[in-house]
Amino acid sequence: MPKIPLSWLAESVALVDGATPEDIATSLARVGLEEEGIHGSGVVGPLVVGRVMSLVKEEQSNGKTINYCRVDVGAFNDPAGPGHKPDNKVDYPSSKGIVCGAHNFVEGDWVVVVLPGATLPGPFPISGRKTYGHWSDGMICSARELGLGEDHSGIIVLTELGFSADSLEPGQDAIPLLGLDQKTIEINVTPDRGYSFSIRGVAREYAHATGASFTDPAGLPVTGTVGDGFAVEIRDDAPVRGTVGCDRFVARVVRGFDPAAASPSWMKQRLEAAGMRSISLAVDVTNYVMLELGQPLHAYDLATLAAPIVVRRARPAEQIVTLDDATRVLDGEDLLITDSAGGRGARAIGIAGVMGGALTEVSASTTDVLLEAAHFDPITIARTARRHKLGSEASRRFERAVDTALPPVAVQRAANLLVEHGGGVIEEIYTDVDDVAPVQAIEMDRDYPSRIVGVEYSVEEVTDSLEQVGCTVERDGEVLIVTPPTWRADLEGPINLVEEVARLRGFENLPSVLPVAPPGRGYTHSQIVRKSVARSLAEAGLTQVLTYPFISESRLDDCLLPSDDVRRDVIRLANPLSAEQPLLRTALVETLVDAVRVNLGRGAQDVAVYETGRAYLGRLVGSVPATYSGDSITPDDVEALNKAIPGQVRRVAGVMAGNKIAAGWDGHATPWKWTDAMAMVEKVERACGVVLDISNEAGERQSTAPFHPGRVAIYRLDGEIVGAAGELHPKVCENLGLPARTVAFEVALDPLIEESEGVLVTASPVSGQVLAKEDFAFVVPASVTAGSLVDAVIEAGDGLVEDARVFDVYTGEQIGEGKKSLAINVKMRDADHTLSADEVLEVRNAIIAAAGEKFGAVLR
Amino acid sequence: MTELSPLDAAGVDAAVAEALAAFAAASSLDELKEARLAHTGDKAALTLANRQIGGLEPAEKAAAGKAMGAARAAMGRALAARTEELEAERDARVLVEEAVDVTLPVSRQAPGARHPLETMQERMCDVFVSMGWEVAEGPEMEAEWFNFDALNFDPDHPAREMQDTFFIDPPSSGLLMRTHTSPVQVRAALERRDALENEGRGIYVVCPGKTFRTDELDATHTPVFHQIEGLAIDRGLTMAHLKGTLDHFAKSLFGPDAVTRLRPSFFPFTEPSAEMDLRCFVCGGEDPSCRTCRGTGWIEWGGCGMTHPNVLVAAGIDPEKYTAFAFGMGIERTLMFRHNVTDMRDMVEGDVRFSQQFGMEI
Repeated sequence: MPKIPLSWLAESVALVDGATPEDIATSLARVGLEEEGIHGSGVVGPLVVGRVMSLVKEEQSNGKTINYCRVDVGAFNDPAGPGHKPDNKVDYPSSKGIVCGAHNFVEGDWVVVVLPGATLPGPFPISGRKTYGHWSDGMICSARELGLGEDHSGIIVLTELGFSADSLEPGQDAIPLLGLDQKTIEINVTPDRGYSFSIRGVAREYAHATGASFTDPAGLPVTGTVGDGFAVEIRDDAPVRGTVGCDRFVARVVRGFDPAAASPSWMKQRLEAAGMRSISLAVDVTNYVMLELGQPLHAYDLATLAAPIVVRRARPAEQIVTLDDATRVLDGEDLLITDSAGGRGARAIGIAGVMGGALTEVSASTTDVLLEAAHFDPITIARTARRHKLGSEASRRFERAVDTALPPVAVQRAANLLVEHGGGVIEEIYTDVDDVAPVQAIEMDRDYPSRIVGVEYSVEEVTDSLEQVGCTVERDGEVLIVTPPTWRADLEGPINLVEEVARLRGFENLPSVLPVAPPGRGYTHSQIVRKSVARSLAEAGLTQVLTYPFISESRLDDCLLPSDDVRRDVIRLANPLSAEQPLLRTALVETLVDAVRVNLGRGAQDVAVYETGRAYLGRLVGSVPATYSGDSITPDDVEALNKAIPGQVRRVAGVMAGNKIAAGWDGHATPWKWTDAMAMVEKVERACGVVLDISNEAGERQSTAPFHPGRVAIYRLDGEIVGAAGELHPKVCENLGLPARTVAFEVALDPLIEESEGVLVTASPVSGQVLAKEDFAFVVPASVTAGSLVDAVIEAGDGLVEDARVFDVYTGEQIGEGKKSLAINVKMRDADHTLSADEVLEVRNAIIAAAGEKFGAVLR
Repeated sequence: MTELSPLDAAGVDAAVAEALAAFAAASSLDELKEARLAHTGDKAALTLANRQIGGLEPAEKAAAGKAMGAARAAMGRALAARTEELEAERDARVLVEEAVDVTLPVSRQAPGARHPLETMQERMCDVFVSMGWEVAEGPEMEAEWFNFDALNFDPDHPAREMQDTFFIDPPSSGLLMRTHTSPVQVRAALERRDALENEGRGIYVVCPGKTFRTDELDATHTPVFHQIEGLAIDRGLTMAHLKGTLDHFAKSLFGPDAVTRLRPSFFPFTEPSAEMDLRCFVCGGEDPSCRTCRGTGWIEWGGCGMTHPNVLVAAGIDPEKYTAFAFGMGIERTLMFRHNVTDMRDMVEGDVRFSQQFGMEI
């Protein structure tokens, strides 16, 4: 995001007296330019100008050659006499002794010296120290050490930066000299405000925020005449979304400038402060004008061009070598700048608005330059920059829309700077292909801003605000006819104008009025139930965690999912964060185990966690409609979409490892068992108001994985599997690094919630009659399940059995091979009278008979 | 030893006195029992004396009976009184002896806890539900056009790239992991637009839920996070109502002194758009070294604005008749500054100690 050097900003807008960088940032934030940082150079002095008095080259045992320099730093000099130990054997003139490893300077050069007590960016505090057999009082600095760019090939020689020796003095403060006292504000420009990618735009915004006077840096006079300059044709055979790729192209020649001329140091400083590198005068000038005005420019070596320039779409598979020396294969939508070497428009010399080509770039021998400033279609540029992953300073501006009026002005400004610092002549006649459509006026009811914002604005306030941002406003009765300025392509309709009025008048003046909503329907059944589920599991001792839904292929293998399991119908991300985890989980347990491992890894021995969330299951079902059918979304659109989105039901799952009850002073430890996992599902059923069918039977394409096949309960609702609970498969525990006999459960909540939606409990009267209790101990074949026996008992009771519960299970020699004993406590009660002994006996006999008949059960 | 005669008044008195002294001297219920047996048992002098009454002359019987009755009554009273005393002593002693150390651990099953992001979300929803708003939800895997197109994101606008999106493979599927809960706003509006049009029933919903962006996990970013967004559509809604709603929400979560401010910003789905800041509730803007607001006095809390007319049109609502506002904030971020969570990783790694700090409600 743009970095704005404040001294540069001050050239276009009068900064408020005494305003600190923080104050300026606050003002800009008021109108919508958020501060991302305030940057200084990070250099704390003494950093001074020095003159190299003597320089002795000394070869070192490590093969390096260092220079022992005596440098005149004026008032900072040591007095004449012996130097600091170990250089105290020689008398030196008044100076400082410094060791320097660079070799691009000689005696008499003007250099930049950082002295002990100073700090360089890093922060890197400087002190005197002994090195290479000398005492060195600081450093002679390179540009990189001062944060002035990447140049570390040698130290700074000030005369090479454009300073004249006459203006320099030993000991002079180098901080202001090098612009290191400058502050820069980095601002976040929202995507609608392309024009704030410039000093010009930010200065105007600062004026809006403070009322300070603004001087448009684009207000310079354009000299010369539009005519037959360098020939340019725009031939767009394939406009993108109906918009021609280029609607303005200004080309102007500057002849006879000195290619060896250096950019002035202030320009270099500002480019560096704004985050760009200094390259050469011609390139620096185009970048400087871009930063200042917001108009990207390009400088061509005129000698390499063959007229005419043709702006056209690329041919399929056409190639270009861009300035960064990369060969790029182009797409038919890419807009190209071509010249006519080898035929009209035959040679690509740049990707329009994104990056220039290597063939025609300005070189060290270029004396004649063609300056280009054009206006390109934001969509074309945005697509090309994205397609080639080639975001540049130019593309960033073009895709946010650039002022269509700028090209001739920006070229003038660049040409002026080039001539001023490199000599040469601006050609009188220049090319300006101008197909820009006039800006459309917007009609807006005068009270529309008041209606949206809730503040009564007078028509004068509205008009004044819009004129401040550059609009022209005419009034036609109750309607304002507003023509936005050329730099505000984002002002497309009345609502955009409302925002301008609101922000210029200030958001801080908004009244605060609480609207009254109509009486609502409260939480939905689903929302109530889900909270109840979450709460009851936490009350049962489980801790809720949230895990990421991303999994690896191997996680499904680790969970022992067979290849035909529905959970292998997995959704894949096109751009996962980690190539190892490209899939979305198909069950919560698949990722919840990670939370268990985190806790175990941090020293926990007993872990019980649960998660409520979605898993994503099912192949992509058909195709999702590309968009909705008209301006508005219809119920059919939503229905078609909802059908096409793969399953992502809400689920709840838990994993428990180690002990449920810790050993303590009052008892022994109790491990988490498969029964606990099932008990958690019971809690879920209760919270949902649903009773599920329990068995140990896997389903078609729904295996018992990742559970122990003999210690898992499979839950069904209306025949459909909705969950499972039990011990994890021993192999799964091993694969995932979980303790043996870790237990888990997982239930799809949405089907349970739907089942109980709208179902009202019908209350039965509670009988006050005396309870009769009977115990039975049945010996049954081992294959008979307790649940089926209890069901039979209840059925045999014919409405009189209130509750039946297995309280003991026994196997052993006394019972016999292949058999087991199930002890059942049965509670009986009738609604209207106390059961007589005979009646109880009758029920008892019915129960015994039914158990015998159905399961071959005999009383023990 | 000669047998005591029931007519020996002095002897009887002495025996009674002896019994009373023995009862009084008994220091436990067991000793009292021994004393009782010794002085009122079958072999006790007074018991034996009593048996002699039957053999007395009729003239002596009455006097002897009276004397013995008085003696028995005196002993009975004394015995009862002493029994009561000793029982009270015993009961008091048992209570002392049975005292326990109440600082011992009493629950050997570790307590569970809710995740604070969930409870925070519930608390936020409670604020709005109590105002009559409804809570709307929608799918996390969503159509690209619901996530972007319906929300006025032009396919080529750079704003589309502000939100680093997880796309579902193959990209031609047109599906993504929603980057915000805003598609739910449109879904909720679609579901309620008939009631708006036919019954004039304004639409007021909050949309909480999980959202996804391709940010690497670090102290302040997470690829999976939670948002709550609000949407109100009604006749005559203005930015002042937006401000009022945000102020009320802020006060509900941060106390009656909470203050918000709006700063102009940009979102494709709102115009005018604003960033919403909360006056630092820790330092009130008074402490330049405050860690919560980093000395700025304000905490960035969320984005908001007046719903763009194009979004209303997409939801089939006439922007000429109705205006709307929307807002949204990150629940992670709210949790961080409300509860001084300094590292977002604590929320997502699943270490139960993090959730445990918050318990069941927030």
